Amino acid sequence: MSGERIRAVVQKELRDFRRNRFLVGTMAVLPLVFLVSPMITLLQIPASTPVSVIHHAVGGSSLLLFVVPAVIPPIMAAYSVIGERDQGTLEPFLTTPIEREELLLAKAIAVFLPSVTVAYGIYFAFALTIRFAAAHAVSAAVWHTPQIVAQLVFTPLIATWAVWVGIAMSVRARDVRVAQQLATLASLPAIGITALITFRVVTPSVRLAVALAVVLLVIDIRAWRFVSKLFDRERLITGSRAKPS
Amino acid sequence: MQATPALTVEHLTKRFGGRVAVDDVSFTVAAGEVFGFLGPNGAGKTTTVRMLGTLISPTSGSAIVAGLPLSPANGVAIRQQIAVMPEAPGLYLRLTVTENLEFFAGLYRIRDRARIPAALEAVGLQGRATDLCGNLSKGLRQRVALARALLNDPAVLFLDEPTSGLDPVASREVHGLIDGLRERGVTVFLTTHRLEEAERLCDRVAILNTTLRTIGRTDDLRDRLFRKRLLVETRAPLTDPGSVFDGSPGVTGWEANGSGVYEIVVTDAKLAAPDVARALVAAGADVLSLAEQRHSLEDVYLELISEDVEATR
Repeated sequence: MSGERIRAVVQKELRDFRRNRFLVGTMAVLPLVFLVSPMITLLQIPASTPVSVIHHAVGGSSLLLFVVPAVIPPIMAAYSVIGERDQGTLEPFLTTPIEREELLLAKAIAVFLPSVTVAYGIYFAFALTIRFAAAHAVSAAVWHTPQIVAQLVFTPLIATWAVWVGIAMSVRARDVRVAQQLATLASLPAIGITALITFRVVTPSVRLAVALAVVLLVIDIRAWRFVSKLFDRERLITGSRAKPS
Repeated sequence: MQATPALTVEHLTKRFGGRVAVDDVSFTVAAGEVFGFLGPNGAGKTTTVRMLGTLISPTSGSAIVAGLPLSPANGVAIRQQIAVMPEAPGLYLRLTVTENLEFFAGLYRIRDRARIPAALEAVGLQGRATDLCGNLSKGLRQRVALARALLNDPAVLFLDEPTSGLDPVASREVHGLIDGLRERGVTVFLTTHRLEEAERLCDRVAILNTTLRTIGRTDDLRDRLFRKRLLVETRAPLTDPGSVFDGSPGVTGWEANGSGVYEIVVTDAKLAAPDVARALVAAGADVLSLAEQRHSLEDVYLELISEDVEATR
């Protein structure tokens, strides 16, 4: 495993992302959609509203914010391998000494970093606005410690899951759009875990958040190994699987 | 040339399902050689390059690339020693020329970043280092791709149809660059279906049409496939050409081919030509020209490929 090669791929990907207007537009607009709607909902809640209603509203809003790390990475990650093939850069890339684990990890990091940055940015914009503009009871529910811990811990874990799902689709699909649609769809179940906490179906606690986070972390690490096994140079180049004698 | 071959290929075969793309191909390429790999579209040239470049696995057969046996375990080590320039340049169009090369330098773990301007200088692009690749012409992109292939100072450089789609001026520039590589001692494996390109650039050529049809120096291939002939043109037809040609040493046959034009089959053109000239002068003929008939690589190629076409009918 070469850190130098991983760094080279991450740097190239980030440069390429920054200059891709479609991607920058998607990264800017999509999160705003998920920010504005819950913010308006919570800002309209009067101070006299019962606590259970507030908790329910905050749960729903937080869940929408978890959609950001679940939907942005697949859009980028699904492009990462098949996109290279579409623009004719995959073959020269694969003839370099890069190993598949390095390639996939680098691609994942390159998607993870901007996705999580945007997701955290959106969350803090949401939380700060609520803090200063919403009713005190609403603010207290948003700034509830397990709620914050859940956002901080689960955002990168959901994003990582979504990244691997996106890359897996990118490795196997024959078309970028199909890969993006399937990846987005397949990323959503990860939000289910967090929904249990945000809607307080299970009693939210730091211990529970950590336990679920560990489960997601294990899944994320295994996903890397799994996607590595899916990666087949021959299939990507020729469209058919390698059948060595 | 050194004794150790840069490439040794033995009985290499590749099947895609029921279709045989490359069948039982064997050859060697010496270090420092410019080797041409010719064949029509679909002959298996690119498949061979992809196998030797460790992108796809052979169905059977073996190869040694830059001293390393071709195997999945040696994939990274082989790719460290070679460079492949595919038919399409495959550049990141939103990145500059330098950024593209920086990326590949990182993949080869090249710490000496002075190699980037050196590679650009080798292909005459030092003035375009900060240009976005998307703004370059096709010919310039091909040059960037060649600079990229030179970054790791490869033991074997695979060039897959490097002038495909280029105009004559850009093609000539790429030819000049390949000549430069030869002078630097780089082993070049050049696939092309442009025969004049192979004839001009390559030390040896192989002609592939799924199977290897022939291999050798172009002069040897010509000699192997075609009988040597002298072409004679006189101002007026000879009254008795048999008496002129039949007695000349080295002449094994002749035929009239139009008014005052004769094709003379000889064992050795250089030895027979002076005797034929003397016989013509002695016969009082006004000789307009006397020259060895030259067969091009195209003649060799068409002869072999047409045999295949005939065989499949």
